[in-house]
Amino acid sequence: MSDCSKLTEAILNGDAKASVAITKEALDKKTDPQELVSKYMIPAMDEMGKRFETGDCFVPELLISARAMKASLELIRPLLAARGAEPVGRVVIGTMKGDLHDIGKNLVASMLEGAGFEVIDLGVDVGPGLFIAEAQAKKADLIALSALLTTTMPHMRAVIEELKKAGARDRFKVIVGGAPVTQRYADEIGADGYSDNANGAVGLARRLVTA
Amino acid sequence: MTSPAGAPAATLAITSLDDFIFGRAPHPVRCGRGMEIGAGTVIPEINFTLPPIAIAEDTWPEIRRQYAEMIEGVCRRAMELEVPALLVEFETLPPMTENPAWGAEICKLLSNTLGTYHAKHGLRNALRLTPNDTREFQRPPLLRRGKYWEGMLELFARAAEAGADLLAIESTGGKEVSDEALTSADLRAVVFALGVLGARDMAFLWKQIVAACRASGIGPSGDTACGFANTAMVLAGQKFIPKVFAAVVRVAAVPRSLVAYEVGAVGPSKDCAYEGPYIKAIAGVPISMEGRTAACAHLSSVGNISQAVCDCWSNESVQNVRLLSTNAPTVSLEQLAYDCRLMNTAARSAEDARRLRDWLTESDAPRDPHAWVLRPDVVLRLAAEIMEEETPYRRTRRAALAALEELARAHGAGELRLPPQEARWLDTLRRQADTLPEDESALLAEMLDSPAASKFLPAEYGL
Repeated sequence: MSDCSKLTEAILNGDAKASVAITKEALDKKTDPQELVSKYMIPAMDEMGKRFETGDCFVPELLISARAMKASLELIRPLLAARGAEPVGRVVIGTMKGDLHDIGKNLVASMLEGAGFEVIDLGVDVGPGLFIAEAQAKKADLIALSALLTTTMPHMRAVIEELKKAGARDRFKVIVGGAPVTQRYADEIGADGYSDNANGAVGLARRLVTA
Repeated sequence: MTSPAGAPAATLAITSLDDFIFGRAPHPVRCGRGMEIGAGTVIPEINFTLPPIAIAEDTWPEIRRQYAEMIEGVCRRAMELEVPALLVEFETLPPMTENPAWGAEICKLLSNTLGTYHAKHGLRNALRLTPNDTREFQRPPLLRRGKYWEGMLELFARAAEAGADLLAIESTGGKEVSDEALTSADLRAVVFALGVLGARDMAFLWKQIVAACRASGIGPSGDTACGFANTAMVLAGQKFIPKVFAAVVRVAAVPRSLVAYEVGAVGPSKDCAYEGPYIKAIAGVPISMEGRTAACAHLSSVGNISQAVCDCWSNESVQNVRLLSTNAPTVSLEQLAYDCRLMNTAARSAEDARRLRDWLTESDAPRDPHAWVLRPDVVLRLAAEIMEEETPYRRTRRAALAALEELARAHGAGELRLPPQEARWLDTLRRQADTLPEDESALLAEMLDSPAASKFLPAEYGL
């Protein structure tokens, strides 16, 4: 099992090649795939999250680690699926109708993938109807909404209102973010959560899917 | 301020630090109702936007009311504060470019009020219309065809009739590759996005804008690397990416922005083009800049230095919300007006003007790499290096290398303070920059064989 601790190190270093090699070797030795995820991979990303929060690393380093973890997860996921295990959560994400800005949304999507979520990215300029249709079709747990323009923020409220009209509000958690969005606005429109950064969004998503 | 060694090349429009000053550009621009920009006076440029509201038929009367309220408040205060002139920028919101009739209607509303204030009160003014570059609504973007491009062309054509005096844009060709490259600190892909893709799109787009302006007798003003270098600057400000990387991206964005002026743009550059000082030094056109007065739109680490060689001084944008004194656009105008008054008072004496410029410079430069690359002396030296190359790609590559060299030198000399987690990125980025091929086609071939190739359509860049 001591070799598996190198998996944590490989993810911390953002070394996808090493991460995949160690994962393969561990699986060949019949190591429990769930244990690899919970004992070695998630703690690595938690550590990277802490380093980011304290200003000791930047997003590019975080993304490289997330990619290393994702590469290992691709080997592990089929084994977990065969056991009937689900991903950490399933998220439909997009930028609101009328809004082209997607850097923040893309960051959140990458970080969620790195944290073991299945992410369905709808891109930019996404209307309320598409968010809801895709969330229903893909049996999502979360709908993540992003806006940079103040004039596209009202579409966030529209998604929540449309969910209510469709009688589907309770089936999905809705989280919101983007430069002009605030916790107050999230509360006002009845969203389930808000984060002002990508790392925080991952923690929020985890809390909501395990609540 | 002392100027380190290295004489600027003769290709620069401004070669002497003494001549690199706010309010004065080698090629001033006359526009609007009695305005002259870059002829010795710094002019406030105000921009404003709506509070949260959907843009739709049923909200349109309220939208008209908001714009009428904003322009009236701004003009009245400009007159009361006796501004030398007023530049108003109307940057449309995306639905107003998709539906050009909406954009033209608001433009006309603003123009009418400006006309009234000129006729009744003698307020010299001009209106700059900035349609959105909506082409990126589609990914990969269609840059030369399709409904978004057609909407933009229509608004360009209607600009003069709608009362605009100047036309500008924040163009986005290449952004589809740059966005991910920025969050990954991938300098190679950023240089490709700016120097290969962005520069090609600028040449195409600005030939169209210049033609539309010439046909209708208005001014093709300028562009910005906002979608590239400002994105990097804001991400760095949030500690998402290294500040040294954002500073290198700023300098690397210069050759792309320069293309607009090479094909006929006359200035002023867009206010959010923080690479403006380089454009002024190279092309000699007047520039609009924003800094601490743009904190209402976004924070920055270049609040003072960005003012050092500006010709228009802007607030970027502010929402029409009520503050303790009055509405935010009027508050912004007042801040700009007093800043301009101070600069124009200093400008009565060349020595005082240089002293103020140097205070603005020295108060920011040692604290931040982005501020460092905006030092007027650094601008002249790096601009000269950039212009030793002949093609946009070679200039972009050279700009990245030169910026890294300068930041490392300044840090090594103790002139620029960098925390360790920033300083280590200088080496990382240098390793990336050193492997950039001299030959553009080699980088193109490499990128076409990489995951980035799925993000853009080569034919849309004439490739």
